[in-house]
Amino acid sequence: MRTLDVSTLVEDIAQMCIEMNYYVDDQLLGALKKAARDETSALGRNILGQIIENDEIAARKHVPMCQDTGIVVVYAALGEDLQVRGNLDEAINEGIRQGYQQGYLRKSVVRHPLDRVNTKDNTPAVIHYQRVLGDQLKLTIAAKGAGSENQSQLRMLKPSEGYEGVKQMVLDTIRSAGGNPCPPIIVGVGIGGSFEKCALISKEALMRPLDDVSEDEISAQLERELLKEINELNVGPMGFGGKTTALAVKVNTYPCHIASLPVAVNIQCHASRHMTKIF
Amino acid sequence: MKLNLPLTKEKVRQLKAGELVHLTGTIYTARDAAHKRLVEWIEAEKKLPFELKDSVIYYVGPSPAKPGDIIGSAGPTTSSRMDKYSPLLLDLGSTGMIGKGGRSETVIRSMKRNHAVYFAAVGGAAALLAQQIKSCEVIGFEDLGTEAIHRLEVEDFPVIVAIDHQGTSLFTT
Ligand code: SF4
Repeated sequence: MRTLDVSTLVEDIAQMCIEMNYYVDDQLLGALKKAARDETSALGRNILGQIIENDEIAARKHVPMCQDTGIVVVYAALGEDLQVRGNLDEAINEGIRQGYQQGYLRKSVVRHPLDRVNTKDNTPAVIHYQRVLGDQLKLTIAAKGAGSENQSQLRMLKPSEGYEGVKQMVLDTIRSAGGNPCPPIIVGVGIGGSFEKCALISKEALMRPLDDVSEDEISAQLERELLKEINELNVGPMGFGGKTTALAVKVNTYPCHIASLPVAVNIQCHASRHMTKIF
Repeated sequence: MKLNLPLTKEKVRQLKAGELVHLTGTIYTARDAAHKRLVEWIEAEKKLPFELKDSVIYYVGPSPAKPGDIIGSAGPTTSSRMDKYSPLLLDLGSTGMIGKGGRSETVIRSMKRNHAVYFAAVGGAAALLAQQIKSCEVIGFEDLGTEAIHRLEVEDFPVIVAIDHQGTSLFTT
């Protein structure tokens, strides 16, 4: 049994918070550049050019690429043979507190959804735990901005609506989101499970590498078809038309009840910020 | 094209949806909480932190400035959350809004009636936009932190005419 003292994590978590907000992911930057070359709308190309330039400025000047540095969502996968010493929740929140302070990141969390008083340190994070095999801790940390999160949707479809019903639901969500989530976007789709499970896996889908293709055949087909059809909606960069609406679509599924077909669409803006580290 | 502020109604009437505009001059920041309070103060007939006539309001909550910097990253936030408050501000003389995403029919009607314009800045281009901000000062509602009202002096600040004073909109969905 390996033991891990949570106090050793704090500094790394702080650093992850800063880095994910300053430095754009290489794959994502590559996808943006490709989109800028392929975009047919002149205004769309101009917008994509501004986004690329922005991400390069942020990296060079070590400043956040977007002022909305998000609420932090954490996936903690804990190995069964790992003994954690100390309070992991507190260590994660302490790392965030330090990172958001030291990195000059915006504090965007309120203590209660209705009294709206800012906690002033961007805590608490939304933390999801998973038990996995092994003796390691895998931490995935994401900064989720509200502009795209607010356009996300969940619906309980009838099983008879099937494959086409799921596609329709996703396309409707993207169309009605329009320019609000700062397109180009990345689309996370969760299908199956229960009401809460499909939301959870739709966000997990967003943590997959940009070029990752689902191993499940049906999901892989759905990812391909949806990406094409979303980009035919003519939402375009910032909602002004064009063929670059989504850079990627990721579909995650889970078994579900015979009478259910839950679908969740979690939208991620082009400022996709997440990092994974193994301890 | 280049456009110097303040934004008079004559200038608004020359702007057409789809144009790329570089703004130079003074703009004011306000987002959800500041809008709510502006409207409350108007109803209570209190003096506002800035003059609404010919003003441009930027929907932004910047990230903190690093030492030596004028402002942190400062891109637009979603405008539809301000839809409830905008018509009153336009009725009282404000002529321009900067944000991202579409606007409600009520706001567009008010823009046509008042001859106002809605600009979009590129959402998420916050580090790039911050470079065009040459000074930044909190002038009201300081307790709101990032949501306080800041007076910004901008130079060649890039925006797009998203909805013009005739109600012509660039949004496709
Ligand atoms: S939706 Fe994303 S890119 Fe747009 S303002 Fe929010 S965090 Fe930034």
